[in-house]
Amino acid sequence: MRPFELTLSVLLAIAFVGFWQWGVWFFAIAPIIIPSPWSVLLALRDGLLSGELPAHFWVTFGEVLMGFAAGAVFGLLWGIGVGLFPLLERVVYPYIVAFQTVPKVAIAPIIVIWFGYGMTSKVIITATIAFFPVLANTIVGLRAAPSDEVDLMIALTASRWQIFRMVRWPRALSYIFVGLDVAIVLAVIGAIVGEFVGAQAGLGYLILQRDFNLDMAGVFAILVILSALGIGLHTLVTKLRRRVVFWMEDSGDRTIGA
Amino acid sequence: MNGDAGNVASAIKPPLIQAARLNKTYPSRDGAPIVALKDVDFEIGAGEFVTVVGPSGCGKSTLLKVMAGILGGASGSLTLGGVPVTGPSRNVGVVFQAPVLLPWRTVLENVLLPVDVQRRGRPAHLARAQELLRMVGLEGFEGRYPAALSGGMQQRVGIVRALINDPDLLLMDEPFGALDAMTREQMNLDLLRIWNANAKTVMLVTHSIPEAVFLADRVIVMSPRPGRITDIVTVGLPRPRRLPVMATPEFGALTDRIRGHFGALGALDA
Repeated sequence: MRPFELTLSVLLAIAFVGFWQWGVWFFAIAPIIIPSPWSVLLALRDGLLSGELPAHFWVTFGEVLMGFAAGAVFGLLWGIGVGLFPLLERVVYPYIVAFQTVPKVAIAPIIVIWFGYGMTSKVIITATIAFFPVLANTIVGLRAAPSDEVDLMIALTASRWQIFRMVRWPRALSYIFVGLDVAIVLAVIGAIVGEFVGAQAGLGYLILQRDFNLDMAGVFAILVILSALGIGLHTLVTKLRRRVVFWMEDSGDRTIGA
Repeated sequence: MNGDAGNVASAIKPPLIQAARLNKTYPSRDGAPIVALKDVDFEIGAGEFVTVVGPSGCGKSTLLKVMAGILGGASGSLTLGGVPVTGPSRNVGVVFQAPVLLPWRTVLENVLLPVDVQRRGRPAHLARAQELLRMVGLEGFEGRYPAALSGGMQQRVGIVRALINDPDLLLMDEPFGALDAMTREQMNLDLLRIWNANAKTVMLVTHSIPEAVFLADRVIVMSPRPGRITDIVTVGLPRPRRLPVMATPEFGALTDRIRGHFGALGALDA
């Protein structure tokens, strides 16, 4: 973003919040319908200072990270398996797709019954949601190597494993990162949905509790935190992608070798 | 079919490559097989520079892939140094139409790819890699990534990579087809210089008749459907060749002779 565009973007945000604050006051909207930005800010401050928000945040954060990690690792391993062994694709992949068509939200209550109200059930729900995008992108990525590059490796008497390690895997990385990026955002949704279904702690649990108490400003304060979490995780994956798949620099103006 | 005059060079040196009644067919979707190569016979002597010219679909790239051992399923006999070609050989260097450089490897790492694949040990080949890069004017670019190089420079890296193992045979599949005309002429001159310095046997596929004549000791002329050899033209032009040779009547006579084959076929489209 150029400085001018950045300025414009920030101004837009300020204008939006200003209008929101003014509108709530001008139309005398009840705080249990739409809280003012100022009251959200106060709720955020109180929640952070009292330690209530951080305590629930760490629970959700842990579920997101563990569920994401588990889903990504399984997605990656299955993706590599399916990508390398066509037999596995024909025999197993239809069932994976069938599983994917079942809404995870619908099976969340079952998982909570099986694994209880603690973190385990949330981690599993999150993992099942994060699994598929990583799997699908790994499979596509492993087939994305140009035939020229594979021909070259064959001409050099490379083994299947060498072709995988030296060409197919690096070529798949940019796809895998797309999958990871989608998965990390879905992971946050997975954890919150899991907590909605049944939990003793976590930001999703806190949302329900505050909703029940008609503490709308408090709910909005949690939304701010969830949004920040999502942006933070997405940025992390993007930074990691730029470092690992450095040759896919979007602008292509990277002067390398320095 | 195999012109007598074409065997002059191979009569002096022992033939490195012998192809006899080489046939290759592809299955097609509608059932009727496509004959890509039909009774292809030729010999190439060690150290010879042979070009293969023909219109699109004449099987020249197929021929090259069969010779590189990338493409199997051809019938007939094909030997390299007296040994039948059954698969890829470390004694053969291949240059493709695109440079096919791996973008996550530096220029030097790309050049050393064959060394890595064949586990020959980088240190032992570092000096040769640098010397070859210097020869093609890429000294100082060792640490760059391919994206920072022009198309011509990338193709030079591709050629150096094919030479790193010091192969007996260099196979080139329209290596300069994607380059602009001026870069292409420069690359032709560079290639002749490399060939002179390394005494390799080169087989280069092209669809440019002037390029085929300019580079070659002999030009194999192919026609499409089915892909077969219609003529083998010996180019007696003195070496080393410079670009002005293209303006001589001898050069014109050779290109006219080759062009004549395509005109008769109605295949002259470019």
